[in-house]
Amino acid sequence: MIRYTLGRLTSLTVSLIVASLVIFAVIEVIPGDPAAFMLGVNARPDTIAALRAEMGLDQPLFQRYFAWVAGMLQGDFGTSWTYKTPVADLISARIWVSLPLAAYALILSTAIAFPAGIYAASRRGGAGDITIMGATQLGVAIPNFWFAMILVLIFAVNLRWFSAGGFPGWGNPALALKSLTLPAIALALPQAAILARVMRSSLLDMLGEDFIRTARAKGLTRRQALWRHAVRNALIPVLTILGLQFSFLLAGGIIIEQVFFLPGLGRLIFQSISARDLIVVESVVMLLVFLVIVVNFAVDLAYAAVDPRLRRR
Amino acid sequence: MKLLDIKNLSLRINTAPILHNVSLTMQPGEITAITGESGSGKSMTALAIMGLLPQGAVPGGQIMLDGTDILQTPEPALCKMRGNTMGMVFQEPMTALNPLQTIGAQVAETILIHEKTTKAQAHASAAAMLQRVGLDQPPSRYPHELSGGQRQRVCIAMAIARHPKLLIADEPTTALDVTTQARILALLRGIVRDFDMGLLLITHDLAVVADVADRIVVMEKGRVVETGPTQHLLQNMQHPYTRALFAASTHRVDLPAHKAAPPLLTVRGVTRAYPPSRKTLLGPRHRFKALDDVSFHIDHGERVGLVGESGSGKSTLTRAILGLEAVQQGQITLDGQPVFTGHKPNIAVRRQMQVVFQDPYSSFNPRHRVARLITEPFHLLENPPNGAARDRAIANALRDVGLSPDDANKYIHEFSGGQRQRIAIARALIVQPELIIFDEAVSALDVSVRAQVLDLIADLCRKRPLAYLFISHDLSVVRSITDRVLVMQAGKIVEQGATETVLTRPRHPYTQSLIAAAPRLPATGAA
Repeated sequence: MIRYTLGRLTSLTVSLIVASLVIFAVIEVIPGDPAAFMLGVNARPDTIAALRAEMGLDQPLFQRYFAWVAGMLQGDFGTSWTYKTPVADLISARIWVSLPLAAYALILSTAIAFPAGIYAASRRGGAGDITIMGATQLGVAIPNFWFAMILVLIFAVNLRWFSAGGFPGWGNPALALKSLTLPAIALALPQAAILARVMRSSLLDMLGEDFIRTARAKGLTRRQALWRHAVRNALIPVLTILGLQFSFLLAGGIIIEQVFFLPGLGRLIFQSISARDLIVVESVVMLLVFLVIVVNFAVDLAYAAVDPRLRRR
Repeated sequence: MKLLDIKNLSLRINTAPILHNVSLTMQPGEITAITGESGSGKSMTALAIMGLLPQGAVPGGQIMLDGTDILQTPEPALCKMRGNTMGMVFQEPMTALNPLQTIGAQVAETILIHEKTTKAQAHASAAAMLQRVGLDQPPSRYPHELSGGQRQRVCIAMAIARHPKLLIADEPTTALDVTTQARILALLRGIVRDFDMGLLLITHDLAVVADVADRIVVMEKGRVVETGPTQHLLQNMQHPYTRALFAASTHRVDLPAHKAAPPLLTVRGVTRAYPPSRKTLLGPRHRFKALDDVSFHIDHGERVGLVGESGSGKSTLTRAILGLEAVQQGQITLDGQPVFTGHKPNIAVRRQMQVVFQDPYSSFNPRHRVARLITEPFHLLENPPNGAARDRAIANALRDVGLSPDDANKYIHEFSGGQRQRIAIARALIVQPELIIFDEAVSALDVSVRAQVLDLIADLCRKRPLAYLFISHDLSVVRSITDRVLVMQAGKIVEQGATETVLTRPRHPYTQSLIAAAPRLPATGAA
């Protein structure tokens, strides 16, 4: 187990280093000089050069890369060119919207998908199975921003149960959660549809396995065999999808945050790209990559917790 | 009182009839074997007794087990009987256990669902039962840490943990080596005697039946065609199917004599080692030698057998000969040409060798027609035939293996297992290779089909000199189809020589143990 964890940690570190190099390189090759952009079309070349020097753009590439990485390691993400405030402050104000939103959506999608998938698999071909599969088909097909607008129309405009957008801050946690509920549902349902389908097919595969027949021959009922032997085995492919979905929920928040006017990382990155505030883009993307890699690391550890075959490797 | 009394059991699944008027009885403590070829309804009979028929199955008749009619018993009551009154062991020990639970927990589960007892007590009984079935591993092990034979012991422990009155074993040793098979059969016999348990043994292997069973039930196409006490039945076989089955099991092919010829394949001092995972974080890596200084040769037109248990290095050797994998030491040459040059296989040599694999179901792409399947080796040729020449080659190859040229346009699912194996042989023959490797090529076939395929191979040898390496765990097959035999153990060839000599007068203790473990059919009235 220790060896496995160390192995995963090494791979996590390598992924982070490679990701930082790729992000830095991509941002570098994007055409357009941020200094020229900020000063407008009529700026004099020497003013631009002065700004470039101030922003550190005149230094060699590798030096800027190391400065960027070293800064991030100390929590210093640089200063936004447009907001004129430290990027770290910009991020810390917004991450407490995006991260809870993604986690909320993930919990919702799991809470919907697991029972739905297990129920459908246990009643394969029955009315319940057909209904759930039909619903997931719909869930996969509907774009989440459209679904978000429908939610707003029904629950905010007509029923007035929720506000149509905005975020009041974590001063009142109940109110904050409430304002994240509609966005979380909009994000979660399409994901839940996919997850339920994966859960169902994975479980059906397991129910056809020899060890389920063995369990039945021991005297377990169909239900007992399902819960004691099939579900945990079926979790292995489901965990993979879950890990992939988390990154999608984080990044997919960009559109949903726009629809609900949430001050999250998605909105920040959207605005920074429009304003060519590359230092912010760089840092937020790196942060998202970091979160995704950490979640995948957690998924890898979860595999080992579920599957003894991985532990002793 | 009879332990099991099946009267006129019939069964159809959806509309397909599976069983017709099957009747059989068993006394307590008796070993009854059901034998017959695939599709004869052996396993369905067993599943009917367990009340575990697949969906859509409609049974009729009566199955009285220990005074209860299984077919009339509702599911909850059947759940209480399974594991308690009757237990079952299946064929494939590699997949029969839940990979995520310890073996101790899986055996204890049988006890816990039927008995009001504490977890600790159930685990203690489970550990005792694992010891009783001769498992030399702690109950905290997971299935993947055990060998096939060890896993089958766990399955047996699971089935008998509650001392059921009837144990059903469906091909329990078919997936195992001969030596392991002998040990598992001995274990089953011992348990039946000690626990006074009835054993219903389902097997296609008549030699196993003759070895173990008190009574034999022969099934053909869903019907019981003959039944009786083992010795009596073997001496006085009445039904033509029983006789045919027996004749096929003892079938000897008529192999043309091999004339001395120069060497074709030479394997000299070949070693292939794999680094296993480290036990500790920074501990030394011990190398596992799958092949350890292996040397032998096959002459032009010579038929050589290769026997040994699983893990003895047979597959690694096959891969090395085919040039699919580099070796660390030694050299393999075909007609003086190395199979492996530098870091890539030598194509000129590769086209001289073909292979026929064990499983006729998974070794074909189901989306290609037969014509495309059997012409696959053409990609090895510099100038593969096309147009009329290609069609001619396909027709000839199919005719050579006893199929019709019209079969070229069919898909693989339209063929039976035996026909598929003929197609696999056609695929190997189409480039007229110098050497064919048969890797357990007849092991998955029924005895009668196996006899036909072996005859086909002998036939092909008569048409043109054919050199092959015949890998098999079945000594009786190797005996009839090869001139010379190699015996492999732990990556080494421990004995080699003329097949008849090695199999009748084995010198190496390992060969002796292999031969002693192989079940044998007694001479019979039919022969």
